[in-house]
Amino acid sequence: MNNAIDNNIFANPGNLPKRHQIGKIWSTIFFASTTIGIVALTVLLLSIINQAMGLVIIENKIDPMTLAERPLEELPKEELISILQANLSKNRIKTIEKEKPLDARSQIDIYGLVMERVVQPTVVKSYTLTQSLLSRSQIEREAVEKYPNAKIEFRSWINFTFLKKTMSSKPELAGVSTALMGSLYLIAITIAVAFPIGVGAAIYLEEYANKDNRINKIIQTNIDNLAGVPSIVYGILGLAIFVRTLETITSGAAFGIEGNNGRSILSAGLTMALLILPILIINAQEAIRAVPDSLRQAAFGLGATKWQTVWYHVLPNALPGILTGTILAISRAIGETAPLILVGASTYITTNPSSPFSKFTALPIQIYNWTTRPQDTFRNIAAAAIIVLLISLLSLNAVAILMRNRFSRQRL
Amino acid sequence: MEHEISKHLVRQTAPVVTSSQEALASKLRMRFRPGETLIMGFLFVCGAISIATTLGIVFELTKESLLFFGKPEVKLIDFLTKTTWQPSIGNFGVLPLVTATAMTTFFAMLISLPLGLSAAIYLSEYASQKARGILKPVLEILAGIPTVVYGYFALTFMTPLLRLILGKENVQIYNTLSAGLVMGIMILPLVCSMSEDALSAVPRSLREAAYGLGATRLETAVRVVVPAAFSGIIAAFIIGISRAVGETMIVAVAAGSGPNFTFNPLKAAETMTGYIARISGGDLAYDTPDYNSIFAIGLMLFVITLSLNILSRRLVSRFREVYE
Amino acid sequence: MINYEPNTPNLSDANHNILEVKNVSMYYGSFRAVKDLNLKIQPNKITAIIGPSGCGKSTVLRAFNRMNDFVRGYHLEGEICFHNQNLYAPEVDPVQVRKMIGMVFQKPNPFPKSIYENVAWGARINGIPGNMDDIVEQTLRQAALWDEVKDDLRKSALALSGGQQQRLCIARALAVKPEIILMDEPCSALDPIATLKIEDLMRELSVNYTIIIVTHNMQQAARASDYTAFFTMDPDRAGVMVEFDTTTNIFTNPHDKRTEDYISGRFG
Ligand SMILES: Nc1ncnc2c1ncn2[C@@H]1O[C@H](COP(=O)(O)OP(=O)(O)OP(=O)(O)O)[C@@H](O)[C@H]1O
Ligand SMILES: [Mg+2]
Repeated sequence: MNNAIDNNIFANPGNLPKRHQIGKIWSTIFFASTTIGIVALTVLLLSIINQAMGLVIIENKIDPMTLAERPLEELPKEELISILQANLSKNRIKTIEKEKPLDARSQIDIYGLVMERVVQPTVVKSYTLTQSLLSRSQIEREAVEKYPNAKIEFRSWINFTFLKKTMSSKPELAGVSTALMGSLYLIAITIAVAFPIGVGAAIYLEEYANKDNRINKIIQTNIDNLAGVPSIVYGILGLAIFVRTLETITSGAAFGIEGNNGRSILSAGLTMALLILPILIINAQEAIRAVPDSLRQAAFGLGATKWQTVWYHVLPNALPGILTGTILAISRAIGETAPLILVGASTYITTNPSSPFSKFTALPIQIYNWTTRPQDTFRNIAAAAIIVLLISLLSLNAVAILMRNRFSRQRL
Repeated sequence: MEHEISKHLVRQTAPVVTSSQEALASKLRMRFRPGETLIMGFLFVCGAISIATTLGIVFELTKESLLFFGKPEVKLIDFLTKTTWQPSIGNFGVLPLVTATAMTTFFAMLISLPLGLSAAIYLSEYASQKARGILKPVLEILAGIPTVVYGYFALTFMTPLLRLILGKENVQIYNTLSAGLVMGIMILPLVCSMSEDALSAVPRSLREAAYGLGATRLETAVRVVVPAAFSGIIAAFIIGISRAVGETMIVAVAAGSGPNFTFNPLKAAETMTGYIARISGGDLAYDTPDYNSIFAIGLMLFVITLSLNILSRRLVSRFREVYE
Repeated sequence: MINYEPNTPNLSDANHNILEVKNVSMYYGSFRAVKDLNLKIQPNKITAIIGPSGCGKSTVLRAFNRMNDFVRGYHLEGEICFHNQNLYAPEVDPVQVRKMIGMVFQKPNPFPKSIYENVAWGARINGIPGNMDDIVEQTLRQAALWDEVKDDLRKSALALSGGQQQRLCIARALAVKPEIILMDEPCSALDPIATLKIEDLMRELSVNYTIIIVTHNMQQAARASDYTAFFTMDPDRAGVMVEFDTTTNIFTNPHDKRTEDYISGRFG
């Protein structure tokens, strides 16, 4: 590269065409490098969609037509319960009742049980979207040969029931509702802890701290450095402090709630809060710094105290920036996986978290868990869960943009 | 109208009396405002929490690592030179984890450094406002995708692709090459945006001087702007390396789960972060060799990434001093 | 209409200096920006501070209400007395000082809120007694802005013209009921007509307030002020006061050669 342009740039015009040509080649290379970002993003999204839908070959253990005349999902709860009782042993019914009495369950829940325990549909083979589109006839032939009793259908792994169902060991019956609830709970705790502290720290550093003071300099440098600490290290910290040392608090034992351990949603939320704090502080500092100094001067000139100035003028003007920065930090927390592994998120759990001290799972944990399973069908639901995750992130960012626009309009 | 107001506003003059001097003095006297003091205290505590976090990290990592190295069967020399890592059965050579991390980092950098810098040069020196308007958000989206998704991408797309190109028999299902390459894509936006910041901080006058001497755009970019922004670009590279070393989910999913001392990027190997994630996955019992070992590895990670970050920040601030 | 009550104890009297600067030097870090300043400000008069750029006019003006306290590395030696009370004594609260000595800035800087809120805010946080609507109306009238905005007090202050914004800033300062109003080049961002309006307004206000104004506009100083202080820089760039006298004397019969050069346009 250097050879090509090592000619003295003052050299005779004779080499100018050559220099321009080299320039053109390199500008193409620079442009291509930039578009690789677009290519990568496209390929990534397509490869996920590719896995999230496609043809599947399904075998039922018991044909649903032999159980009832109508499609099962249309049956009332009572009929579904009697099907369940007719086809399952007393003992198994009992274990189900122990979890939650049948009468107390919803129709959807019972339907899920019937499908899971009685009909037992199994996806014996699943195909990606490209395979399904390009070689459909071949797939049909294969189905007829290898699985004579099976039926072939097009399945979008991402669908409405996927959002409502809880975890299951069978990918075709599994859903993300528990994981979604877990993520929501987690984010709520994270925001509740990180937002006030983060904004407070940013206000302190920008408005109060004497920047020549050693302690304040250390705080600032420290925050900048913390932003670069790998998330897994925060996970280790969370494990040592929140899960282990503070177990009586994070398990709820200190508040008289027994039966949990430190691997709770509270531990995870606190860990996540520490993780996003530096980013949140840095973003909020930037927003506060962007408030023109003339406003502060005006307020001080009227005899306002520091806090009056900050509260009535600096914060309202920095708020859109602070909120946007916060949402960016939250987006990071939603997708973070490693710290959750460390603080002991469960991979198999079917009940929604009931308190901050509950065991929990979260969307990225579910994705990780499903991705690492060898069966193809788990890859499919992992892709579906990824789509759920990406859509939540996207809508969150859309909210950030809307909020910013609305605030900046309100200002005038 | 205004005349009328003025009449109201005429101030009566009065001789100076000591009592009003005292009144003024008391008005001017420092007020104790408990609310203000309380709020300031709270805000300081918020700032100080970051210090507590750092101290917590350092304290816990050091404490448990000391327990780890305090075991009679763990010898520092073995830790640094032996090539098998199985703490639960007494093998304490950290090298396999280090080499795997080095390999994934190397491939990540192989992708993200040249591409990131080229993209940065394009964005800062060539791109029109409109092109930037499209490309920058794409890079931002790329940077915002959770790493577990990249892990999925590595396992379900990059690995099959590599196996297609290089042959199934040569490429294992889990391998460091695939993880490294995808990590490179993940880090690309970071390297790009930091390098671009460095490039655009170079003053216009320098570019104009080069153009004025008859340099082409490429010559200006590569021989004037890039050298001028050099330390800023190096800082971006260093941050990239630090990010690659600390990245967990991509390697946990795609690089392999089991320490393996190998320099073959097509084989499975477990990185430092991958090891921590795998070991802590189950209900890890406290005070076992496994438990302590994740702190020892964590301490290594922390020290490595922190030094890289500090180095990078030094470079950036030195670079800023030159141009601001 | 409510009666005007000054916020400060009534100490005014013709023979008494409302502000007295005694041997003041001011520093930004190690740089001495103003050197050995002695100055006495008369109450209910307009005092203009003129001089070339960078000679420390703003620094002096902002010292009067301790606005320089926010500048990193700033410190002051000497005393500035307000009714014989040293404003820089350790027990003095700068917040209290700014309540009594208000300020209008070079660039109009209204809060991005309604006109009403702009005026009311300062009065409210300072607990100025009285009906807020009346205070807003009265101060807007004093600032000669009432007729232009009375129908739309809820409109954003940012929608006003530059001259209106500056008068709003003056109204805002008046609402706190200060004794002294400091103005740092209040007309530099305004057109000639808006400038004249502000000058007339200053005349009105000087009946009740002491006004100190920094200006680059020689005519403005000559037209609008009672006293003029001329500053310049000595060789080590420290600001020094060359001459202080009635405006008439400064402009017709300056004692110092440098003053004469400056006002006749041969300097700076
Ligand atoms: N915040 C600050 N930090 C450091 N030096 C400053 C600061 N403000 C002013 N100075 C310096 O102090 C000197 C006086 O500045 P000042 O603003 O008082 O001048 P001025 O007479 O108001 O000028 P102008 O007419 O341009 O407004 C200048 O040399 C300036 O560089
Ligand atoms: Mg000035």
